[in-house]
Amino acid sequence: MIGLLRWAVWGFASTLVLTGMLAGSQQLRLTRFNLPFLLGTLVTADRDRAKLYGLGLHLLSGMLFSGLYVAAFAAWGQASWWLGGLVGVLHAGFVLLVVLPVLPALHPRMASESQGPTDVRQLEPPGLLGLNYGARTPVVTLIAHVVFGVLLGALYQL
Amino acid sequence: MYPARIHDHAIIGDGHSAALISRAGAVNWLCWPRFDGPSLFAALLDAEAGGAFRLGPVGPARATRGYLPDTNVLQTRFEADEGVLVVTDLMPIHEGHTPWLMPERELLRCVVCERGEVRLEVRYEPRPDYGRARTLVKDGGTLGWRLEHAGWLYALRAEVPLRPAPGGGLQGQVTLRAGQCVCFSLTATDDGPAVLPPLGRFSWARVGHTVEAWRSWAAQCRYAGPHRAAVVRSALALKLLTFAPSGAVVAAATTSLPEVLGGQDNWDYRFCWVRDAAFTARAFYGLGYEAEAEAFVSWLLRASWLTQPRLGVFYDVYGRFRTGEEVLPHLGGYAGSRPVRVGNAAATQLQLDSYGEAIDAMAQLARRSRRLDRDELRMMVRLGGYVASMWEAPDEGIWEPRSGRRAHTFSQLSCWMALDRLLKLHELGVFRGVKVPVEGFRTVRARMWETLHRRAWNERLRSYVSTLGGDEVDADLLLMAWYDFEDASSERMLSTHRRILERLEARDGLLYRNEADVLEGEGAFGICGFWRVGVLARGAGGLDEAEAAFRRQLAYANDVGLYAEEISPKTGEGLGNFPQALTHVGLISSALELEAARARREAPGVEVWR
Repeated sequence: MIGLLRWAVWGFASTLVLTGMLAGSQQLRLTRFNLPFLLGTLVTADRDRAKLYGLGLHLLSGMLFSGLYVAAFAAWGQASWWLGGLVGVLHAGFVLLVVLPVLPALHPRMASESQGPTDVRQLEPPGLLGLNYGARTPVVTLIAHVVFGVLLGALYQL
Repeated sequence: MYPARIHDHAIIGDGHSAALISRAGAVNWLCWPRFDGPSLFAALLDAEAGGAFRLGPVGPARATRGYLPDTNVLQTRFEADEGVLVVTDLMPIHEGHTPWLMPERELLRCVVCERGEVRLEVRYEPRPDYGRARTLVKDGGTLGWRLEHAGWLYALRAEVPLRPAPGGGLQGQVTLRAGQCVCFSLTATDDGPAVLPPLGRFSWARVGHTVEAWRSWAAQCRYAGPHRAAVVRSALALKLLTFAPSGAVVAAATTSLPEVLGGQDNWDYRFCWVRDAAFTARAFYGLGYEAEAEAFVSWLLRASWLTQPRLGVFYDVYGRFRTGEEVLPHLGGYAGSRPVRVGNAAATQLQLDSYGEAIDAMAQLARRSRRLDRDELRMMVRLGGYVASMWEAPDEGIWEPRSGRRAHTFSQLSCWMALDRLLKLHELGVFRGVKVPVEGFRTVRARMWETLHRRAWNERLRSYVSTLGGDEVDADLLLMAWYDFEDASSERMLSTHRRILERLEARDGLLYRNEADVLEGEGAFGICGFWRVGVLARGAGGLDEAEAAFRRQLAYANDVGLYAEEISPKTGEGLGNFPQALTHVGLISSALELEAARARREAPGVEVWR
């Protein structure tokens, strides 16, 4: 029970930090990558609502992913900041190398680079490592996820 | 060299930003993402460094253009020897929610060949950040031509093959036969993923939706007089200059278009002047656009909340007090008029007339909807207290010269009006539960009245004058009747009107602001001619004389019904920033005054519009 509570509290806290870092990096013009917008457009075509719904979906998915981190800590037999950071590297790599490239096939509103936009599919695909959203997108994504993992690992062991 | 005259431009927009398009089919001015954002195209201020986006036939052609009726969708028709091309320009807008995604900002250009076979030429030369950024347009394949700068993506999708042009940008040509059409969509976003609308029939569907949205808005205009086309055009221009998220109306869409060709009086007008609030709110209310009027006054209440009881001269579209001013030395300026400035240092001037206008705007809202809460009413009283303590101080005045402070008649007149409006609201019981120093306000108002009657009147000239004890006239004195300080048909007002006409008339009803403008070779000031129409309609002349004066003013609009800040008496063309909200407010107000005068003539004693 205490383990569940620790996962819920620190998983949520780390997700908030990750969300804040990604939003901040967009505000600082380091990348255009707006993950809540990308997630929100899965469920609505309204760009304002998409950002709101996407924020909810991002917080939810952050909780789910933090569950995987906690599972990794349990499997390792300990939680630590460096282990969290290591899982964060794997997480970022998975997002950049696996999730983003297949996104045009998964996202109902995303265009593909081969066919271009259509009436329904108008969203710009992320391209290799998300580089379509700015040259610094891979670095920002990697740093944000490593910070997420470091925080979760450090807090979970308390 | 400059690419096109100020007068040769038309405006399109989407409630966030605006683009100016020349008769030659060139987008010569576009700031994204907001009116006061950095420019992507600024050829108006420098044909080389500024950047432009031109669509037009190769070779000579006769261009005519106009807005689709009751819309802000522009159509330019090029008649060449080989055939006819029609370019439709717009920034798409939609009523309510749509089943498809909308780009953050979009400029949509659709070209149709109506007759014959015409070769279309495309030149796309984006220059972000007022032409300061050195960036390359990259080929993104099916995702369009991409330019990234400062976290923003500018994507151009075209149905015409384009190739990189020498010196940056893109160029291309295609031959269109009768019935063929091609579309161009330029979008901007700082979100990833960007929304990239498809072209072809999807573009035309959005043209249709945008036309529908503008027509539905224009249909709400309740003016039914003989000048409906001009009034609706002015209302549509005002709506284009309104920042939709906040309701603020910017003074003009441009910066640094000169008041004197080759001169230095080049200012940034892409902000919202407090002074304009009352005039604009009254015009919107008069046309039946209550929501727009209330939004603008509400923006004013929010903007002034942090600085009260002091008011900034202007605020930005979000209500932030902006004081910085920057010179852009790399831009040559319109017709060599330098410097080009962004930001406006007039923000920190003392302009006491703004207080009168602000209180009048708030009073209109309070009188019509009574939606002011107690804190807002207290703020009005605090503004009144500031006016009561400051009204005798010299200030820069309505025309915001940078040559020092003087005791301006118009500023004191506006202060009188501020207290007068507050006291009248108090009599109406609007200030229930809010303490108002009624006796103090009455005493100061009486002193103001006495001072203005005694010291602002020049017996030798038989006229009110621009500064206390002075001997020059100013067109702003025409507003004495508008503010209910003097009856328009009083001997003093008639005499002042004659003196203003004698000293400030440029030609055919065009008025300079003041005698300094006559000496400095400035243009006639657009709104002043309309103020004169108002005075005539109120009793300084007959209705027929007012009507004739109004028609003369209408003749100074450009071919699509737009006005700049000033009008050159020599050529009749626009000077200064463009299009100027205040000039269009003047047109609407004087059209409404004429209607009121007509109604008074038909049914004496009935007040139709105030």
